Amino acid sequence: MDGTDLGLWGVPLAMLAGAIRVSTPFIFVSLGECLTERSGRINLGLEGTLMMGAMTAYGTALLSGSPWLGVLVAAGVGLLLGALHAALCQLPKVNDIATGIGLMLFGTGLAFFLGKPYIQPKAPNLGALDLGAWSSISQVQQALQVNPLFLIGIALAFALAWALKNTRWGLIVRLAGESVDAALAIGASVGRVRLLATAVGGAFAGIGGAFLSLYYPGSWNEGLSSGQGLMAVALVIFARWDPIRCLWASLLFGAAGAISPALQSVGVTQGYYLFSAAPYVLTLALMIATCSPARSLRGAPGELGAVK
Amino acid sequence: MTTAPSLELIGFTKRFGAMAALDDVSVKIEAGAFHALLGENGAGKSTLVKCAMGYYAADQGQILLNEREVTIAHPRQAHDLGLGMVYQHFTLVPNMTVLENFVLSRGDLPAVIDWAAERRALKSFFETTPFTVPIDTPVADLAAGQKQKGEILRQLYLKRNLLILDEPTSVLTPDEADEVLTTLKKLTTDGQITIVTITHKFREVNTYCDAVTVLRRGKLIGTRPTSELDNDTMAEMMVGRRETRSVVERETRAPGKAVLKLEGLSVADSVGQLAVEDLKLDIRAGEIVGIAGVSGNGQRELVEALAGQRDAEAGRMLVHGEVYTATRPEMVRHKIACLPEEPLRNACVAEMSVAENIALRSFDQPPSSPDGIRLRRSPMRETARKLIEAYKVKTPGPDAAIRGLSGGNVQRAVLARELSSEGDLLIVANPCFGLDFAAVAEIRARIVQARNRGAAVLLVSEDLDEILQLSDRIVVMFDGKLALETDAAAADVGAIGRAMAGH
Repeated sequence: MDGTDLGLWGVPLAMLAGAIRVSTPFIFVSLGECLTERSGRINLGLEGTLMMGAMTAYGTALLSGSPWLGVLVAAGVGLLLGALHAALCQLPKVNDIATGIGLMLFGTGLAFFLGKPYIQPKAPNLGALDLGAWSSISQVQQALQVNPLFLIGIALAFALAWALKNTRWGLIVRLAGESVDAALAIGASVGRVRLLATAVGGAFAGIGGAFLSLYYPGSWNEGLSSGQGLMAVALVIFARWDPIRCLWASLLFGAAGAISPALQSVGVTQGYYLFSAAPYVLTLALMIATCSPARSLRGAPGELGAVK
Repeated sequence: MTTAPSLELIGFTKRFGAMAALDDVSVKIEAGAFHALLGENGAGKSTLVKCAMGYYAADQGQILLNEREVTIAHPRQAHDLGLGMVYQHFTLVPNMTVLENFVLSRGDLPAVIDWAAERRALKSFFETTPFTVPIDTPVADLAAGQKQKGEILRQLYLKRNLLILDEPTSVLTPDEADEVLTTLKKLTTDGQITIVTITHKFREVNTYCDAVTVLRRGKLIGTRPTSELDNDTMAEMMVGRRETRSVVERETRAPGKAVLKLEGLSVADSVGQLAVEDLKLDIRAGEIVGIAGVSGNGQRELVEALAGQRDAEAGRMLVHGEVYTATRPEMVRHKIACLPEEPLRNACVAEMSVAENIALRSFDQPPSSPDGIRLRRSPMRETARKLIEAYKVKTPGPDAAIRGLSGGNVQRAVLARELSSEGDLLIVANPCFGLDFAAVAEIRARIVQARNRGAAVLLVSEDLDEILQLSDRIVVMFDGKLALETDAAAADVGAIGRAMAGH
């Protein structure tokens, strides 16, 4: 570290860097869940999908030497897990909450089991774009090292928002989420729409997992996700099922996750673990603040019931 | 524009289990007619039109459209033939705008939608329609009247030329209903559309309909031109006998002590705005206080606060001089009974049986529960059986899920539960909404009976006739406040009407 001493300015800078680095998995998982929930289904299993994505991406990168192939495989695995969830939920008398929790445990467990051999070896990382080259301050350069997946995530948020509003496909997804009767009335197959939306949502979550193991933190271990997949699901409610707001909320969570290392970098070492809990506390606080039962959940898809 | 088709339904029979909902019913609807379908609750009107629309598969029956036989096995086939249905409940998707709803229901969407062009097309379509709704507003933000207009406009937008309306005006004010019906009438006389309407309102039948078909217990009673019918004949055709049982004689009695006192009560609605503001009202033993007003002026929130479904923001409720917070023990102690509107949603557990629903007030007291812990089924079922008998609830039995009962019978079951405890305070909201004449007369009589034996009754109703007929004292609510308070005997209907409209 030969950088200039930025004093307290280091904290917001580190949080910005954190928002850019840490938020990417949140962006992908929350967009995936957003898409799934807009179609009228809840997929709580995305935490498991995230872990499976991380493990398979790391393994593929290790074996093939190509991290981008790893991302692709992770997306494919996510797609399959999403499709599995959707298929299970379509069976009669199957509850999507219970199935989701089951698949969360299944995905996490399977990732641990199959990922054992990948804990030690070092796989090639996804590279980063140096968007901070204009600055002479090394901390700024470091903060603005941006992974392409982050940019893809931002583009995806806007693309999803546009598609939900302007395409036939997007409108039918929303219709399936708002009113099964209305969807049936125009001849849309609600089951198929939800199957596709859940599968694609799973693929997004898989990509989020690939980012975890191939860029930041950039290794495979069992504590990799630490509940980020679940937080992302909560985040969708906070974002009122709006992809753009999912993006902002993800950045906020990313920044909150960076509070603790940022404070450490300026010498505040007390309460490191306390500050590490910031994203979790934030999740709780946001849920309490925004989801009070006295207010109606505006924007909630009409068919999204906790119990079917 | 399209031309109105004729429709003939021949020999329709539909059984649900052992019960025949329809028994060999035949109806002919002329092209361009405004045809009314009359009948009591459970007479088979809805079943008939649902068979015609392909929602139910009839056991027997033949459909002639423009005198040619057609098969309708699915609603989509009905839609393709130009048949459309407007329901009592709304089918527009609340979280989407009017434009999105209309375009989506067309069903033939391009991969990417050109919203600018669609908006222009809908705007120019709305120039040809007699009424419009805001294009870019989410349907959730529209008032009930606008929603129903939207439902009808969507049918016209989809070029449906035979509309089946299932009690379309039950959510509208009389003025809104007239506006909508006048327009539809004009479309039928122009020969553009044919209309079949299910209704309970004779006024609308007399004013707008050309012909009336009456069903009773799944059987066809007859089809006659409206010009040949008067209200008495129609009522007789519907119920099968002259229903002379009118409202029970009200005893003249001086009101007793105040049972319910509202002291500056304020209640917020779901969005957090004050729906009831600083309300002061006393209701005394042995009187019916009728709260009149157009729906949406705070009546619903007031009833929800009294029933314990909603917290008060400010002010107090006192019952028998004690502060009342609408808890279950308080309701038991003060003998409070409550019949909210939409009882299936607000006062029942839809999946539970009729007996269990009837026991909701008393299941934890003897004899249903000897110790407040264990439950005993047989006394519950016994009580239910007696009340089903006494209140003439039509149900397959005490163990049938209450969800399967018709609206009027759910209402009767809840009324049975609430009135059987001989309460001191009875809170009733729109008790006769959507019910047929016999049920209306019976329920009103029971409310007056409760008053006669000394209960304090708070009656909230959107039906001014009901208020005038039943109340001892009338108050009008407008915008969450009391706009008028008057003795029923001295009531000036003009003044009440003006107060309801906020003058």
